[in-house]
Formats: sequence, structure tokens, C-alpha cells
Amino acid sequence: MEQIHFNQLKETLNHKTLPNGLKVYILEKKDFNKTYATFTTHYGSVDNHFVPLGKEEKVKVPDGIAHFLEHKLFEKEHGDVFQDFSKQGASANAFTTFNRTAYLFSTTGDVEKNLTTLIDFVQAPYFTEKTVEKEKGIIGQEIRMYDDNPDWRVYFGLIANMYKNHPVAIDIAGTVESIAKITKDDLYECYNTFYHPSNMLLFIVGPIDAEKIMGLVEKNQAGKDYNDQPPIERFFDEEPAEPANRKEVLHMPVQTPKCYMGYKEKRPQRSGKDLLVRELSINLLLEIMFGKSTKNYEKLYEEGLIDPSFSFDYTEEMGFGFSMIGGDTTDPDTFAQRISEMVNEFKQKTLNEEDLERARKKKIGSFLRALNSPEFIANQFTRYEFNEMNLFDVIPTFEELTVKQLQDALNDHFEESQLTVCQVKKKQS
Amino acid sequence: MTLVDHHVADMPGMTLHTIETTKYKTTSLILQIKSPITEEEVTKRALLPYVLQSGTERYPSSKELRGALDGLYGATLGVDLSKKGEYQIITLRMDVANEKFLSDNTPLLDRAFELLSQVLLKPAKQGEGFLPRIVQKEKRSLKQQIESIYDDKMRYANKRLIEEMFDEEPYRFNVYGNEQEVDSITPETLYDYYIKVMKEDEIHLYAVGDVSRNALQELAKKHFVFPQDRMEPKRTSPTGKQRVDEVKEVFEEQEVQQGKLHMGYRTYITYSDPEYLALQVFNGVFGGFSHSKLFMNVREKESLAYYAASRFESHKGIIFVMSGIETKNYEKTVKIINEQLEEIRNGNITDGELEQTKAMIRNQILETVDDSTGLVEVLYHEVVSRHKRTIEEWLEGIQNVTKEQVRDVSQKIQLDTIYFLKGRGE
Repeated sequence: MEQIHFNQLKETLNHKTLPNGLKVYILEKKDFNKTYATFTTHYGSVDNHFVPLGKEEKVKVPDGIAHFLEHKLFEKEHGDVFQDFSKQGASANAFTTFNRTAYLFSTTGDVEKNLTTLIDFVQAPYFTEKTVEKEKGIIGQEIRMYDDNPDWRVYFGLIANMYKNHPVAIDIAGTVESIAKITKDDLYECYNTFYHPSNMLLFIVGPIDAEKIMGLVEKNQAGKDYNDQPPIERFFDEEPAEPANRKEVLHMPVQTPKCYMGYKEKRPQRSGKDLLVRELSINLLLEIMFGKSTKNYEKLYEEGLIDPSFSFDYTEEMGFGFSMIGGDTTDPDTFAQRISEMVNEFKQKTLNEEDLERARKKKIGSFLRALNSPEFIANQFTRYEFNEMNLFDVIPTFEELTVKQLQDALNDHFEESQLTVCQVKKKQS
Repeated sequence: MTLVDHHVADMPGMTLHTIETTKYKTTSLILQIKSPITEEEVTKRALLPYVLQSGTERYPSSKELRGALDGLYGATLGVDLSKKGEYQIITLRMDVANEKFLSDNTPLLDRAFELLSQVLLKPAKQGEGFLPRIVQKEKRSLKQQIESIYDDKMRYANKRLIEEMFDEEPYRFNVYGNEQEVDSITPETLYDYYIKVMKEDEIHLYAVGDVSRNALQELAKKHFVFPQDRMEPKRTSPTGKQRVDEVKEVFEEQEVQQGKLHMGYRTYITYSDPEYLALQVFNGVFGGFSHSKLFMNVREKESLAYYAASRFESHKGIIFVMSGIETKNYEKTVKIINEQLEEIRNGNITDGELEQTKAMIRNQILETVDDSTGLVEVLYHEVVSRHKRTIEEWLEGIQNVTKEQVRDVSQKIQLDTIYFLKGRGE
């Protein structure tokens, strides 16, 4: 077992890659009551075009299948695994993102038993025609719930504006029509391709003994028969650099309109240190431009264009990336115009050291705060690892970033040609 | 070892709670300011914390104040409003990095205490009022926040249920106040109200982090100096019907894809009652978890919904049920929900359900206190109810609840109001 020490943070991370390829990470948090574990596959809604394990021809699967599979994996011949967890005093859950599906539990009771349940249920699929059909009603209502949520619609609407061919533009849960086509055989095909241990990561954090837990996981995995799997072949159609659509207006029964705008990343092919530097640089720039202590924020607030729902973020993964700025606003058109003016104005000026220092400190403080949460650590560590980054490099990387690096990121990312807008306006009835 | 090292000290003007723990990389300071919710004051009270966090005497604009926070390694300052029983509670929260984890050693905590105390005690003023510029901005923003409840259909349906169910009780008021009343507030009337708050409200400060109790007490003493003429805080006991004669059914139509079904029950049991723990177990068997009767029957058995759950309000003694369904399934769903309550009333609870529920509640309590916000929330129940129950007593009490006690509680519970937001033309 490898031990990685992060002295400034007073944390030690334990790690081992098992013979079947599964990556295991364990972080001891002796003061906590709770243990939190996530078992994640590097497979999400964008992985809809691939060569199934053991086949020659690539296939395209129905939209929403990764999320559907996530729901169905909980059901077994003996019943629902949710129930097994709650009998053992744990609460279980799962979520699907663009490129991950995570299964998790938290417990203040029997960690070893619950961990075994987690690993075993994810590694033993049981899909039948009957249970697949039953789930369609439930997921149908989940889709309807999101359809009625304007914050969700505007956020995903913005992403859909950006991408012409990349499947990140497709709803994670699919549509009522697309999920109607899903069969148990489709689920098995996706499962067999993407749930091999070499495509997965297990993270456990809590008041546990790392050595003992690692022993348990090793023994569990040694008892299962896995053949080595060749690398998974995934296909993505060529994506133009510029956004597919410059503006979209959705009409919904709301009182306060919403406006989100974003810059589409031109070359979202980074990983590792490059990606980390990129993400942190753009996030720092957004903070310097639109953080609560900036002139811009003050102006926008005084002009009545923003309220406390205003936010911004930058995210990038292999194949897609974008910044987004938005929130509730009484005047979505003026909002869009002002934000883009402010970005352009900012690009004319030279960045100063003082602004960078302020934003840097703020970001380091927020990162420390986020580390109070075992959930944040497990979920984000996994995301970082799948993109060949290390979560615990965030503070040192923030400390190293220079004005020059930020200036380059600013000129490269915030280009007018990459800008797109999505708004929710009041439906006139 | 106790689960939470919670120490309480009375100070002039406020009560200080210190919780020493090595769990966190930051220190949290949480001010809770409590007063009964009233029609005359609800909107002013909702506006006040947003004005306070927008400027102090030394930093008279949001920009300057936020700049000072950024300088403290991105200390956060946030405000929150909540309703517990018939109290409207203002929360001011500051969270600051613990110097131990930083490469530079500026003393952050002292400055954080100072800044938070100034937000509360030394607001930016002009004449006998707050700064008009700030009040103006925050009035507009509050109106927008009230309007945005309408845009989130789950929140909207919950608000509407409460308005209908408590139409004659102060509990009907929303913590964000009334949109129509925002305009009439002036910098002066709001400042008068602030003076009253500082004189009459019950104020508690919770300090949570890896800092010694003595150091926290010294800092609180140094920075929190209140006006001398503080009065005894006002108290209120929950009002409300003692019996439901007829279930009220309210329908509303909007252009939504999914109908929102919300149901309100009176339990006549609150945090300080001996039956409170049995009520908590009841809620767990009924709809609190994914093994509960509502989830198992509405979702798993009938595929009617993605969510079907219940939750309870500890100080008003209310249970809320909520589910998102197709409009045409309204009657079927209500029938199934009613049947689940009936099952419990008839004592149809399996040993498995009871044990699972207890294990989940235990887990939930222990997990909640791992998080500083959750921990303060739990400890603050004691202040609102004036009833002491340590975490250990709570856990033990849950363990001792019997099936009969759960059944007895369920027999007291009465459905009061059903609110259904349905899709247009269905």
C-alpha cells in the first residue's frame, strides 16, 4: 500500500491498484462519526458510442442509458439493495454525470459489511425485462420533475447551445421516448463494457483503519473472476470549435427570468497538470472579474441586473469544456449585454498582482472549507483522478499560478466567437 | 467520550456556545437571532440580515466588506432565514480558514470575530437610518427572492400548502415576508426595527472549530459588546387547531409537466414532548427513508412517482408529505398515501421496518453532527424548545421506542390539508 502525505493539510492518503486494475484510495478521518464510500465507473451519459466488450462493431445506445443502468443496478433477485443498506444502518445513493456513474453509501455503523455490500452489488448485475419496464414509469417522473425546473433547464440549455455533435448536449436522463427503447440486453452490453474494475475507482473516507479496509477490498476482489480487458474504444464525432447556437430562449411559467451565458472551450483536450492549471486559472479570472468584492459585481447589483443567485464556474473534461456566468435577472437581454461588455473591457486592461493575490487567497480558503466535507473529497478526488489530476495539488497549484498564465488563459478562452446565451423568460398565457 | 463537546456560557447580551473539535479545517461562527413571527414585522425582519451583510461603519459598501473578507483567506459571510415553530430566525454565519493549514500565519480568527461583530453591532448608517443605497438594492433583491419561490414548483406548492393549512395562525407567514410590503420599508423604519431587535431578541453565538474554549470566550467578550438596556426576550407558544373536523382540499392549475402533491398533517407533538422520539420513528416508518411505506408503495410498487416522502417540523408539530405525479394519478396516489397511514394506525409495522428506521435515524443524527451547520441546527433545538436533550439521550431514546408507541402516535395524527398543483387542462 502506497502512502501519500500532504503535510500542509495534515492528511495521508492510502492507495493501491489491485491486480484486476481497480484503483483503491483510503483516507482516514479519525474525528468523524461517518464513513463515506464511493464506487465509481468512468462511464457516463456521453459514452453512448463504443465497441462493446468482445465485439468488433461499434454501437450507438439510447440516450439516458447510463443513468437507467444506475437505477437498475440496485435491483437484485432478492429485492432492492437500498433495503440491505438501510438494514445495516447505512444510507445508499447513486448519481450519473456526463462521464461518471457513482454508487455510494454513508454510515456511522458497520463499515466493513456495508463496504462489502457496495462492492458486491455493483459487481453483480441482475436485469430482467420486467424490472426494466417498471423503472420506465419512475424515471419518466424524474425527467418530468427536471422539465419543470427552470434552473436545470437553463443550465443544460446553455450546454446544448454549445455542442453540435458532442453527446454532452444530450440530457443525462434521456427523454421519455429514448428510455422507452432500452432493453435488458442493452443494459448488459453497457455494463460488461464499462464496469470492469480497471475502469473503476473506490474511495473510502472516515474513522477507519486503512490497512484493514484495504485488506478487505483485496480479499473481496481476489475472490472474483475478472479477465483482463482491452482499453475501451469510445467514439465522438468531430466537434466544431464554435458554439452550435448563439442564443436560445425558453418560455416557462416563472416570475423572474433567468440568463446564463458561457464561453465554449476551443480545444478541450487537456488532462493532468495542464487541465488543473486551466481550470484554476479560468476560475480565478472569473473571480477577479465577477466576484462579490469586484466593481463589476457592485455595478450589476446596483443596476438591478443580478441578485444573490448570481454565480459563475468553469469546467472541462476530455472532449468538452466551458465557462458559465448567470442567475436570476429581471432583464435577461441587458444582463447578457453587460456581462459581455465587462469581459471585453477586462481584456483591454492588464491584470494586476494585487487582484490575483486577493482572488488566490479567497480560493484557497474556499478549498479548505470544501475539505471539511468527506463527500466533497471522495467525489472530487474521483473526478480529478479520472482526468489524471490530483485533488490535493489544488492549493500548491493556486500558489504557483502567475499573472502571465492568467493573461494567456484570459486571451485564449474569453473570445466573442465562443459566446452563447440561454434564457428563461416568462410564458405569456 | 461525549459525541459533542458543547459548552454554554451566558454573556452580557447573548449566550455563547463553544464546540471544540478537530474535524474541520475552518472555524465557524454562527449567530442565531430569534423572535416570534408576526404579520407586522415579518418582511422587515426578512430584509434586515441582507442589509446588515451589505456594509458596516468601517466598510460601508458590499464591495468593501467583501474585500475585507477576501483578505481573510476568503472568509465567508452568509445570512439565512428560517421558521422554527412560530419563530422567525435570522442566521448570520462566518466561516474562516484555520491558520494551522495555511503557509502564512496571519491571525485570522480575531479579525473574523471583529468583522462579524461589526456586521451585527456597527452597521453602515446615515442619519437615523441605514444607507439608502443599500436598503434600495436589498429591497429589490428580496422581492426577487420572494418571486423566485413561484419558479420552483416544489417550494411553491409547499408554501401554498402552508398558507392554506395555517390560514389563521402565524405559521402561515413565509420567512421572506410579503412582496407587497417590501416597498413601504424605509431606511429609517428598518433601522428602528433593528434597534428593537438588538434590544429584545434572543441572541446565541455558536463557535465551532479547532480552537480552545478559553480563546473563543476571550474573543467573544472582546468583540461582542451589546447595548446595556437589553430586555428579556419574548416567547411564544404554538397556537393552532386542536382537532381537524374536515380535510381541506385545494387545487391549482399551472403549465407544469408534473403535478405536485403536498399534504399537511397535524401531530400535536413537538420537540419537548415525551412522544417526540416516537413521532420521529413514525415519520421514518411512514415516509422518511427509501424503505418507508410511502417510497415502497407509491414509487416501488406502483411506479407513480420518482419521489414520495414525508418530513416533520419539530417545533410546530407538523408532518408534510410530498410527491411529484402525473395529474391523472391524483386520486390513486392520495388513496395509497392514506392507506399507508391507516396501516400504521392498525399496528401493521414489521420488526424489520422498525429496526431499519431506528438504524437510519441513528445514522442520520450522527452524520448531521459531523457537519458544523448540522451540529448547530441540532443544538439550537434546545434553545427553541427550552428542552434539553443531549445527543446521547436522543440516540438512546430512539432505540427504546416501541411499535405500540409508534402506533399510538399515528392515531393522534390528523390529515388537515391536501394541496395539488396540477397541469393545465388535465
